[in-house]
Amino acid sequence: MARYAMVIDLEACVGCGACAAACVLENEVPPGHNRLWIRQRELGEFPDLTVEYRPEQCLHCENPPCVPACPTGASYQSDDGLVLIKYERCIACGACIAACPYDARFMNPAGYVDKCTFCEHRVKNGQDPACVETCPTGCRVFGDLDDPESPVRVLLEEAERIDVLRPEMGTSPKLLYVNTPSKRGLAAAEEVEL
Amino acid sequence: MKLTRRKFVTLSAASVGAIALSGRADALKAPWTVPRKWYEDEVKTVYSYCENCFWKCGITVKVAGGKVRKIDGQKDNPKSRGRLCPRGQAGVAQLYDPDRLKRPLIRVEGSQRGEGKYREASWEEALDYIAERMLKIKDEYGPEAIAFFGHGSGDTWFVEYLPAAWGSPNAAKPAVSVCTAPRETASQWTFGRGVGGHEPIDWENTDYIVLIGHHIGEDTHNTQLQDFSAALKRGARLVVVDPRFSTAASKADRWLPIKPGTDTALLLAWINVLISEGLYQREYVEKYTTGFDELARHVAGKTPEWAAEITEIPADTIRAVAREMAAHAPRAVLPPSRHTVWYGNDTQRMRALYILNALLGNYGVPGGFYLAKSPYLEKYPHPPFPLEPAAGGCSGSSGGGEEVPEGYKPRADKGKFFAKTTAIQELIEPMISGEPYPIRGLLCYGTNLFHSIPNVPRTKEALKKLDLYVAIDVLPMEHVMWADVILPECTYLERYDDLVAIAHKTPFIELRQPAVEPLWDSKPGWWIMRELAVRLGLEKFVPWKNIEEYLDTRLQAIGSSLEEMKKKGTIVQRGRPYLKDWERWHMNPFKTPSGKIELYSETFAEHGYDPLPDYTPPMEPPAGFYRLLYGRTPVHSFAKTQNNWVLMELKPENEVWINRAEGEKLGLSQGEYVWLENDQGIREGPVKVRLTERIRRDCVYLVHGFGHKSRGTRIAYGRGASDNYLQTRYVLDKISGGAGLRNNFVKIVPGAGRPKLKRVAQLARERRL
Repeated sequence: MARYAMVIDLEACVGCGACAAACVLENEVPPGHNRLWIRQRELGEFPDLTVEYRPEQCLHCENPPCVPACPTGASYQSDDGLVLIKYERCIACGACIAACPYDARFMNPAGYVDKCTFCEHRVKNGQDPACVETCPTGCRVFGDLDDPESPVRVLLEEAERIDVLRPEMGTSPKLLYVNTPSKRGLAAAEEVEL
Repeated sequence: MKLTRRKFVTLSAASVGAIALSGRADALKAPWTVPRKWYEDEVKTVYSYCENCFWKCGITVKVAGGKVRKIDGQKDNPKSRGRLCPRGQAGVAQLYDPDRLKRPLIRVEGSQRGEGKYREASWEEALDYIAERMLKIKDEYGPEAIAFFGHGSGDTWFVEYLPAAWGSPNAAKPAVSVCTAPRETASQWTFGRGVGGHEPIDWENTDYIVLIGHHIGEDTHNTQLQDFSAALKRGARLVVVDPRFSTAASKADRWLPIKPGTDTALLLAWINVLISEGLYQREYVEKYTTGFDELARHVAGKTPEWAAEITEIPADTIRAVAREMAAHAPRAVLPPSRHTVWYGNDTQRMRALYILNALLGNYGVPGGFYLAKSPYLEKYPHPPFPLEPAAGGCSGSSGGGEEVPEGYKPRADKGKFFAKTTAIQELIEPMISGEPYPIRGLLCYGTNLFHSIPNVPRTKEALKKLDLYVAIDVLPMEHVMWADVILPECTYLERYDDLVAIAHKTPFIELRQPAVEPLWDSKPGWWIMRELAVRLGLEKFVPWKNIEEYLDTRLQAIGSSLEEMKKKGTIVQRGRPYLKDWERWHMNPFKTPSGKIELYSETFAEHGYDPLPDYTPPMEPPAGFYRLLYGRTPVHSFAKTQNNWVLMELKPENEVWINRAEGEKLGLSQGEYVWLENDQGIREGPVKVRLTERIRRDCVYLVHGFGHKSRGTRIAYGRGASDNYLQTRYVLDKISGGAGLRNNFVKIVPGAGRPKLKRVAQLARERRL
């Protein structure tokens, strides 16, 4: 059993969107929806500036609010800590969409709720998720949090600080950010320009 | 783009209602079947290389159920190394774009060019039509009266092979004179080597990087971005010189927001500091360069204080950066950017950049520039062509010989500038004026004439005057819909092309091969060219029967085969990256007249150009106008990808960047739509306002490639503003032939209103194949 996590180095990310395009094709994400998206924020005043490029997707929380919200058991946590959906059990009630504090889920027009799976179908074959594999800057790293040798652990150990989205929700996300450009941490939702 | 919780409430209510109505007893069992995923079927992989920009990354195309599903980077390919940018990933959406050109079209008799009235034709009829008219023009005016324009890797057939066999020197690519010409010409006459299509920067070993208007991260040249990111991660320091806080600037240790057009002054001041403070690499300069004393005299007065007045960068900063560079030399480098046609004095600016690099002793040295080597590859043994191709390319300023064989005319732009390569924008005028001789026909392959060549009104006037205008393309772009005959090419995923030989640290050869059969009645470029050549009486130049034979012959000649290449995709050879590697074999890489790096160029002096680079002030904007700067988004390639729904969902329109304080002074608000009007009265838009701290007050910025005007490209149509339509003025670089495009000025005209267009997602859903 593993405890899979993804770490994104925001110092390296340029917001190029390769991850987002790879995700759409790999997972046949329908037009108008995203499993993965990038936010961009400008900080400071001319000429003392910085920009935060911040990819977001399902955080595969250790304490996921979406799972208990599901009335049918379609949403579940795998043994490897991935938050997944059994599509054939989903009744598209949308309770999980409302429960997710990160807007990570969407209603697939095919008739069920959908979201990032960390490319579980690839991971189980020993491959990285499609977004990690294609990233030209190498800002995305994937691996087992319990394995001290895994690239995620190495990056996290090296990091001066680790940021997560909305820590106050107590969800223990497994999508973690390092090297956030601003010393104040990640941009708040209302500060983010889209 | 995302489903918000508020939207979900409506959606979920509807879904629950549907379930209730269906009256199923077991509501927990979904009333639908979950679609099978493509990767659950048998997946075939095909090796090829990408065409969604010019970078030519090796790709692995995954085909399932007879359709291309996913494209990945080839693991052992030196360009992609298993990774791809968004455009490479999204190639699938181009292949299955229902707006594609599907069969040959001939303009309806009696209609005018630009009206867009067409009838379908067979390939036979379309090709016969073209050949008949080309031969008529040749009889009347000579072969040079047909011009050939091309862009993309398939252009080798149409701007090299065909014109050289046919006998027209008027073949050109926008990749030269509206892009790389100055950097290539300057490199040729400084180092005796071009830069090439893949900038030979030794990223693995560099410790100090200075980028001047070089948009790494926004132009997303895959390998370069990978290398750049790795260098920064390793701890290399970065300085970015740019009037705009680019993505690269956001990663930099220092951002120097320079006054646009004054870069040469900054470079000369840096040279001044290195020389006056004795910080240059003395041994390297003595051994490998010539003209140092002239250079030292030339820059004597060009102090940081002198440059500070011009560039608006403090003298102390200029001095500090020069000292930092020197402290890291020779592992300090100023890489040449790609699009270098800025102000018209561009070859000289690039010379200054190269001279500075030479003083840092980094050319051919780890941490600076490596020496790229071309791979060994043989030509197909066809009879010699009457002319040498003169189009050049972004991979170098090679260019045809200056001596024209008996019976043939020189290029129509000859004499306007020094370089040997054709300048695409200089071939437009002869179509109108007939001077120095008439150009009566144009064959245009993949070059968007209205989004790449400045002065669109002039281009349209020229097209109206022609006797024959043929467009070969994948999509009904605006310039395509002006042609007499439109030939639908299939996409790169459906065809073979010629082999590409990439000059690199590790030289390599790549194969393009079809992953699926061409859709509709589209055909590969090689087939179109061959069929045309046969009809033009040029059979002897196309002795190969089909592309497989052509490619196999070339590959057999180097000890490989098409069979092998289809399985490998890429053949990598050994390079010779550093000066020490050359010296070991007693070889000299510097193919200049002196055999050294020429800080002072005798050749330039002989031809009446400054032998040492000097600063020329740029044109200034009139009151109330801003200088129009432009650049790239990582999501799009030029004006080629704006009909790709995957990419357009990521970046559906461009915005005009305006300094926040300046915008507030003008009374503009964030996100409102405005028109842009240039100082010659040309208006573009509507375009969204982006008020930002990330740009100086004297300029505005647009991402290039938006503002499409062809209704046939239904997703691209009407979104954002085109920089090229606003570029009605350019200053010709008399050395390289480059068209300096940053001499256009715009004012903001408020009140445009948001354009009424369907959302990209809706269009994508309506038109899925």
